[in-house]
This record gives sequence, structure tokens and C-alpha cells, in this order.
Amino acid sequence: MSGPVDAVARAPLLLRVLRRPAGAAGSAVLALVGLAALCAGLLSPGDPLDMVALPFLWPGSDPAHPLGTDMLGRDLAAGLLHGARVSLLVGIVAAVIALGIGVGAGALAGFYRGRLDAVLMRATELFQTIPPFLFALAIVAVLQPSLATITLAIGVTAWPSLARIVRAEVLALRDGEMVQAAVALGASDARILLLHVLPNVMGPVLVSASILVATAILTESSLAFLGLGDPNVVSWGGMVGAGREVLRTDWYVAALPGLAIVAVVLGLNLLGDALNDALDPRRMRR
Amino acid sequence: MIRTPAGRLFWARRLAQMVLVVLGIGTVNFLLLHLAPGDAAQVLAGESGSASPEYLAALRRQFGLDQPFPVQFGHYILRLVTFDLGFSHRQGLPVATLILDRLPATLLLMSASIGLAVLLGCALGFLAARRAGGLADALISGLALLFYATPVFWVGLMLTVVFAVWLDWFPVGGMRAIGATSGPGAILDIAHHLVLPATTLGLFYMATYTRLMRASVLDVQDRDFVRTARAKGLADGRIAWRHVLRNATLPVVTTVGVQVGSILGGAVLVETVFAWPGLGRLAFEALFQRDLNLLLGILFLSSILVGVANLAVDLAYARLDPRIGLQG
Repeated sequence: MSGPVDAVARAPLLLRVLRRPAGAAGSAVLALVGLAALCAGLLSPGDPLDMVALPFLWPGSDPAHPLGTDMLGRDLAAGLLHGARVSLLVGIVAAVIALGIGVGAGALAGFYRGRLDAVLMRATELFQTIPPFLFALAIVAVLQPSLATITLAIGVTAWPSLARIVRAEVLALRDGEMVQAAVALGASDARILLLHVLPNVMGPVLVSASILVATAILTESSLAFLGLGDPNVVSWGGMVGAGREVLRTDWYVAALPGLAIVAVVLGLNLLGDALNDALDPRRMRR
Repeated sequence: MIRTPAGRLFWARRLAQMVLVVLGIGTVNFLLLHLAPGDAAQVLAGESGSASPEYLAALRRQFGLDQPFPVQFGHYILRLVTFDLGFSHRQGLPVATLILDRLPATLLLMSASIGLAVLLGCALGFLAARRAGGLADALISGLALLFYATPVFWVGLMLTVVFAVWLDWFPVGGMRAIGATSGPGAILDIAHHLVLPATTLGLFYMATYTRLMRASVLDVQDRDFVRTARAKGLADGRIAWRHVLRNATLPVVTTVGVQVGSILGGAVLVETVFAWPGLGRLAFEALFQRDLNLLLGILFLSSILVGVANLAVDLAYARLDPRIGLQG
């Protein structure tokens, strides 16, 4: 997919994104969370689900546990660090699944039109009619919660809007001079789609990708909050759900993991905004 | 509307679409039911405590589970079409009855949230666009960005801590006070209980509409017809109200229609946080009692609800903007 055109366009795009305040701030937050996820094992070795201290240590009251402990004496800082892994992993893999289905369906529908388009678009409409969160909830409930089923459920319910965006872009491109020239040169359909059409759709896809990851992280945390998280790993949403039981007295147990979710999603949205502006200079003055 | 050829085509297409949606969701539900470990007979037998092979076989015969796969599928779809969503053995009531019982509470929560989100979102987005680049804009845009990134269930918990626990202004949950009277007092009571859940659900969508409205107003402000209005010497306020606001609201209406399904998903979370006795709370109960029939029934009915809402938005849209006819 990375033709020569793509390689030239990508380097300045990153710079253009980083030069915007929103892009710089978003990237910084995400880099920090990514680092936390990578170093979670080093910074807080051991299982974050283990009891390590007295329960209900308030943040700041014990230097060994800077963010305090929950009702079972689990270190909150360790939970946040290890939870970053789950959020990012589920968010990114689910977004990749959704990107695969969405770009695939949208590109094929827009490129071939006709009956294939009709079938794919009816399927897209069907998936758009089923409330995505309830759908993901039902899938996870049926398949039993694990990282794999949660990721899959989020991925297969998140693609319809992307498919529509890609289809519209491909429809606009397919009758353009560039594609006609490729057809005249005798290029195969696959070659035209992969080398000429898709690279030119990557802009809107990139913007959608950052929003997809953000939505997937929100959905994962919502599922975990309802008790549909993988029972073997720490998840920010699950931590909030557990903290709910002690909300009246020890509200920090629910508050802290929520702040982590807000930070990551905010970072991704800022990055998405910056990408959108960098890709579409007309919107700069806004 | 149904008298013109275009109108007839619109309704015919919509009807075909609805049939397709019912069939599609029926298929999805049927597949999910069969993906679940164990069948209905095993679940029932497990509950009654005895599971001799003879008893299981009898149960399977009774529920048609010994029939070939396509026959079972046909029966399932036939039941859906006649709105027979099955029986919830946990709650001891038909699924359709349970759902219809809880539907009004969810519709109340959703309409209050959507109303709040659209009104506040449009007002704030409009204000931000008029002051683009200024302090008010920065403040509003920043807040919108923040709420856009905040999980609804967490907002619900934090609002509970501040407004229900610390300040004690609103109840922590439920829909009515115990022993509440009927009449006007009851309406006030429900409204009092509704404030926190509706605000929680509304804030996220308010953020979406604020961002959308701001971009939309900035876009419309530069159009030719606004310049013409200004050249005619119309007052600024009149231009803003009659020319800009009306046109800028259209994308918001579209988005509300697209998001009905997502708002319904948000309602599940909000109802769980505030013990609001609606569909979402019912879905949560079904989840915990492993009542798949009920859960899938809710999924089915929610999808129908989204389909109907989309149709309503299309009709509203055609009315708001005469340039847009009814399209299939």
C-alpha cells in the first residue's frame, strides 16, 4: 500500500501535525501513556491484582503507594499502569479490525458499484441500525468475556461509518483521470485499487482511525464497567466499576481510573483534530 | 406525501429496508443464540436441578431444538415477525411484555437527554462560532473537547458524588421516591429523579453538537446568501437568527438521527449507574442472570427503535429543508 507517493506525503504530515498545538499535546499524552504501558512491568512488577498494602490508603498518604490503594489493598498506580496496556491493546487491535472491514467493504462497494455495492451497503445499513454498544455487549455476553472476544466484538461493531466514508471517497476517485490512465495502461483491478485508489483515501481513513481507537477504548472501559471485562487483567473501566461500591466514602478509587480514560481519549481526539486540519488546509483558519 | 410518485417510492423503499433489517437482526440473534455454550434445554434443565438425558431430549422436542437448523431458523424468524420474542424464564414473563414495560422510562430519559444536548449544544456552538478565536470560544471549545472524551458512566458517578452525596440536591438513583403520591406531585418527583441521569447522558452528546454546530455556523456564515443578506442591510441579529442559525442546524439534526443507536447504548450505562428502571437496566439484569433470550430481545427491539427514529429524522429533515425531498 505504501507507494512512492505515500512515502513522500507521510513525513511532512507528521511534522504538520506536530506543529499544531492540538497535535503536539495529543501526541505527548499518547506517548506518555504508551510509555506507561511499555514500562508497566518495570515500574510496578508483579500482578496488579495482588493485595500489597492496607486497603483504603488515600492518594498521597503513603509514598510507597503514591495514588493509594483500593478496598482490597491493590495499588492504584500499578492498576493504572497495567490498565494502560489493556486499553491501548484493545483500542488499537479493535480499530485495526474495524479499519480492515470498513476500508475493505467501502473500497469494494465504491470501486465495483452495481450488485456488490448494493449488497455491501445493505449490510452496512443493517449494522448501523443495531445499536453498536448493545451489539458488542450481546456478543461479549454470548462468547464469554476475554481480551480476544472483547476486541473482536468492538471491532465488528465499529466499522459501518468508516465504510460509508471510504465508499464516498472511492466513488469520487474511480472515474477520475488518474484511475482512467491506469486502466488505459492495462493495470489490473487489484493494482489500481491498492496503488492508485487506496493511498488517496488514506487521509480521511487516518482521521477516522484515531477516532476509532478512542471510541474502542471508551467501549472497552464501558464493557468492563458493566462487569464484562477480562477477569484476568486490570482494566480502567473495571477499576471504576469496582470503585463504585465505595463511592460515598472513598470516591478517589473510581475517580482516578476515570481520569486516565479521559486523558487517553482526549489525546486521541486532539490528534484526530490536528490530523484533520493538517490534511485539509482549507479548515486551518477555524 | 404518499400521493406523489417520489413519496410512494420513498415509503416502498423504507418498507423493504425495514423488512431487511428485521430479517438481518433475526439472523444475527439466531447465530448468537447458537454460539452460546449450551442450549436452552440445558439451561432449563440446569435450573430444575435434574438433567437426565431423557428429560433433556423431552425439553429439546418441546422447544423444537431437535429440528434441523434451517427449520429452527424459519421458526425463529416467524416468531420475531409476529413479535413473539420468547419467554424469560428468570423473570417469569414474556420478553415482549418485559420490554414494553420498561420502554417508557428509557424513552423519557433519551428524549430529555437529546433535548438538553441539542438545545445547549446548538446554543454553545453558535456562541463559540460568533466569537471565533475569542475567550468564550476557547472556553466552550475546550469544555466540549473535554466532555467529548469523558466516559458517560464516569460522569454519572462523579455527578452522583457531588450533587447527590455531598450537596444532597438530587437522589442517587431510581425514578420515584418511595411512597410517592400520584398527580402533579409524581411528575415533579420523576423530574427531580431525572435531572442527574439526563444531564449525564446529555453532556457527551452536547459536546458533539457544540463542535458540530460551531463548524457548521462558521461554514454557513461565509455563504453567498449570508453576504447578500448583509449587503441588503439586514440587521446582524436577524441574519444570525433567520439565515445562519436555521441552515446551520441541519447537520445537527442529521447527526441526532445517526446517533440514536449510540444514545441508546449510553442509556444502558446511565440507567445502570442511576438504577433508572428502563431498557438499559433490564439489559444489565439480563446480562447478570445470563438471560440471553431477554438480552437478544432488547437488542432486536432497540434496532427497530433506531430504524423508526431514522425514519422520523428523514421526515423532519424534508420538512426543515424544502430543497431536500424524500429519498430512499
